[in-house]
Amino acid sequence: MSGDHHGGDAQLAAQVRHVETLLEERGLLDADELDRALEAFLARASPANGARIVARAWLDGGFRTRLLDDANSALAEVDLSMGGGLQEQRLKVVENTADAHNVIVCTLCSCYPIALLGPSPTWYKSEAYRSRVVREPRSVLSEFGFDLDPGVEITVWDASAESRYMVLPRRPQGTDGLDEPELAALVTRNGLIGVAAV
Amino acid sequence: MTERFRPGSRVRTSRVDPPHHTRLPRYARGAEGTIVVSQGLHPLPDDRSRGLPSEPLPVYTVRFSARDLFDEGGHAVTVDIWEPHLVPVAEEE
Repeated sequence: MSGDHHGGDAQLAAQVRHVETLLEERGLLDADELDRALEAFLARASPANGARIVARAWLDGGFRTRLLDDANSALAEVDLSMGGGLQEQRLKVVENTADAHNVIVCTLCSCYPIALLGPSPTWYKSEAYRSRVVREPRSVLSEFGFDLDPGVEITVWDASAESRYMVLPRRPQGTDGLDEPELAALVTRNGLIGVAAV
Repeated sequence: MTERFRPGSRVRTSRVDPPHHTRLPRYARGAEGTIVVSQGLHPLPDDRSRGLPSEPLPVYTVRFSARDLFDEGGHAVTVDIWEPHLVPVAEEE
């Protein structure tokens, strides 16, 4: 069977509502508790978080090394975590260089580090992006207005299991004198997904 | 549960097209790739989605060349794959 989840959305939503009802009937869950938890999670979820991590990595080589080696531990240094849901998710940060470019997708649905990038854009969840970027990333990036040098090697990371991915973009030239907030302001959500340069 | 594969191990993905949900994407079936890293142990969604018990099993990041997946392309694709969907290449031959 295809991994496409679209056909099951209504059934899944009904199952979730059924479980919620059972939990409420047994007094295990307050009716508003889930809504409050979701609202609190989404209120903190923003691409500003990812941008702050990137700016820190550009300025602090030690942090950059720790971020690439064990992102979950490095996040704690800047008071962020991947534990906004019920269970902490593994985060892998992949670094763009002069020779290597990374781009993120979830081909089975729309897995995405919401805590660090905010809610995902519609195109990220589209069938077109999910099916095409694994097969022809250079063309897809070009349609985003991002023409990579032909010599740059592309890796597409399909985040369809238990890990979430974020791109560490290249630091733009001419930014030597900027501080962390100024650098963070340059970082875009699309840059963190890998479909744009910063 | 011990991990069967190490970084650098060559593996081939399953060709099976099951009648139920699976986390092995269709485009990555029957393809040869290289283990990049282990992501620890996680219950298999293929079983959990059917209400079956599933003990935590190893999940790996596996790197494929686009040429091995699509017969074209100069890039690489990594996919996160549960151990039951992988066989060692050497053992198979």
